[in-house]
Amino acid sequence: MNQPPIIEINNVSYRYDRDNVLENIQLSVPKGAFLGLVGPNGSGKSTLLKLILGLLKVKEGEIFLFDTPQKSFKSWDRIGFVSQKANSFNTGFPATVYEVVASGLTKKVGLFRLPGSKEKQEIKAAVEAVGMEQFLTRNIGELSGGQQQRVFIARAIVSKPDILILDEPTVGVDSKNVQSFYEMLSYLNKKMDITLLLVTHDIGIISDKVTHVACLNKYLHFHGSMKQFETLDETDLSDLYGHGIHLLEHHHDHQGADV
Amino acid sequence: MIEVIRQYEFLQNAFLTGMIIGIIAPLLGAFIVVRRLSLIADALSHVTLAGIAAGLYFNQTFAFLSWLNPLYSGMVFSVVGSLFLERLRTVYKHYQELAIPIILSGGIGIGAIFISLADGFNTDLFSYLFGSVSAVSRNDLWAICLISIIVLVVIFLLYKELFLLSFDEEHAKASGIPAKSIHFIFIILVALVIAASMRIVGILLVSALMTLPVAAAMRMAKGFKQTIVYSVLFGEVAVIIGLVSAFYLDLAPGGTIVVSSILILLLVISAKKFIKVG
Ligand SMILES: Nc1ncnc2c1ncn2[C@@H]1O[C@H](COP(=O)(O)OP(=O)(O)OP(=O)(O)O)[C@@H](O)[C@H]1O
Ligand SMILES: [Mg+2]
Repeated sequence: MNQPPIIEINNVSYRYDRDNVLENIQLSVPKGAFLGLVGPNGSGKSTLLKLILGLLKVKEGEIFLFDTPQKSFKSWDRIGFVSQKANSFNTGFPATVYEVVASGLTKKVGLFRLPGSKEKQEIKAAVEAVGMEQFLTRNIGELSGGQQQRVFIARAIVSKPDILILDEPTVGVDSKNVQSFYEMLSYLNKKMDITLLLVTHDIGIISDKVTHVACLNKYLHFHGSMKQFETLDETDLSDLYGHGIHLLEHHHDHQGADV
Repeated sequence: MIEVIRQYEFLQNAFLTGMIIGIIAPLLGAFIVVRRLSLIADALSHVTLAGIAAGLYFNQTFAFLSWLNPLYSGMVFSVVGSLFLERLRTVYKHYQELAIPIILSGGIGIGAIFISLADGFNTDLFSYLFGSVSAVSRNDLWAICLISIIVLVVIFLLYKELFLLSFDEEHAKASGIPAKSIHFIFIILVALVIAASMRIVGILLVSALMTLPVAAAMRMAKGFKQTIVYSVLFGEVAVIIGLVSAFYLDLAPGGTIVVSSILILLLVISAKKFIKVG
């Protein structure tokens, strides 16, 4: 645990127009963690991810990535990203699964250079890791929502990132496949040693897989290990999260109840 | 046909130019179509029209500008227009398509002013609007060759960046590639290809040569590389059929090329239906 955290967020606040949507956020993601980031709609989860990824500019506070100030951070291929909008991409786009996954190597291969046979191996391995190898030459638009999401994960992990950031990746995945989707994430975390930062509304379903939890609603209301999170009682939770009661209920009866 | 082409230099120029733009217009078109920017090609071609009209007016009115090839003034307008277009697209972030009618009408407006300032270049103008088999000079051919080499080299070198930018702009930015600069280079390429293509297909139909072959290719391609290959193939076929028929029937090649592209498109669509049913 004496390794520096992969992501360190210090006193970050952010506003789009007038009011702050994030206030004084203090958060760190240790190496090897599987952090679940939860919060109601509009609580600033996607905004926080965009700040981490440099899609929005940090104006107040500071972010460190791999111990480097974000402003001077260059190794973006160490961070994989699957966005909330990944499944609303232009579905008519004529690209094969192979081509989509290959595009995840763009930055790593570098400007003016062509991918070689080593990259081909890496692409195949990433596609296998998400169990999509039989679809390599399919057009991405001809896959189901859940399959597309797996392809986007393959694209994100093909550059062998240290951390994978996912923004509600299970939107559009039916509940039957959600479970196996999370199994796959857990596999990436445990077997391939990829740190995960996952924005989700299904914290109940995956409470046995995540190691840490953060509750966001403009302020960071809670940040700690899954064990600490589970000791919170329901009133604590609804204070923290607004309507946190669902979280644990979900955990207890998800086997039969949610269809 | 081959014999006739050997005899006349103007035909050589027209056919060589045609074969070249049959490659680069659909090649760039593939990126334009998948990025849903088809109308940008239209807007820029109308700006090119303004440049052509300005060029024709200047070299007719001012003796010291008689060396000015309207191809070059068209190119300059087209590139400047593309810069404006990008500027407008950032100003109207949430209504990016608004930039297109602004640029398009601006182009026609300025074009109309220059055309009416100097009445008397009607035949010339007609060939710029709808293309011509006889108007391509050796100089034009060289300029178009140069543009094409630039386009091919840049697309080859930036292929994976352009693909990523087209497929998923947000991901392109998040992965740390210089998305802005690459988009910028891309738009300038579009402007150049439009200027290069207009001698053969004409200003008003340039965008058709960039989009119709791609529309046909997308019906049958697996993946993006295949889309490009089919697009170029269909583009070439359309240009050759179009030029030959334009020459023998004495028609504007812009018209024959576009009609050929549409026939190819219909053929592909119905062939696909037929295969599915059969
Ligand atoms: N581009 C934008 N311009 C202005 N305000 C924005 C923009 N994007 C988000 N916001 C506002 O910022 C707040 C946080 O939005 P954000 O998208 O980060 O929420 P979220 O937690 O990801 O929600 P969800 O669970 O619905 O995805 C919201 O109040 C939203 O209205
Ligand atoms: Mg969100």
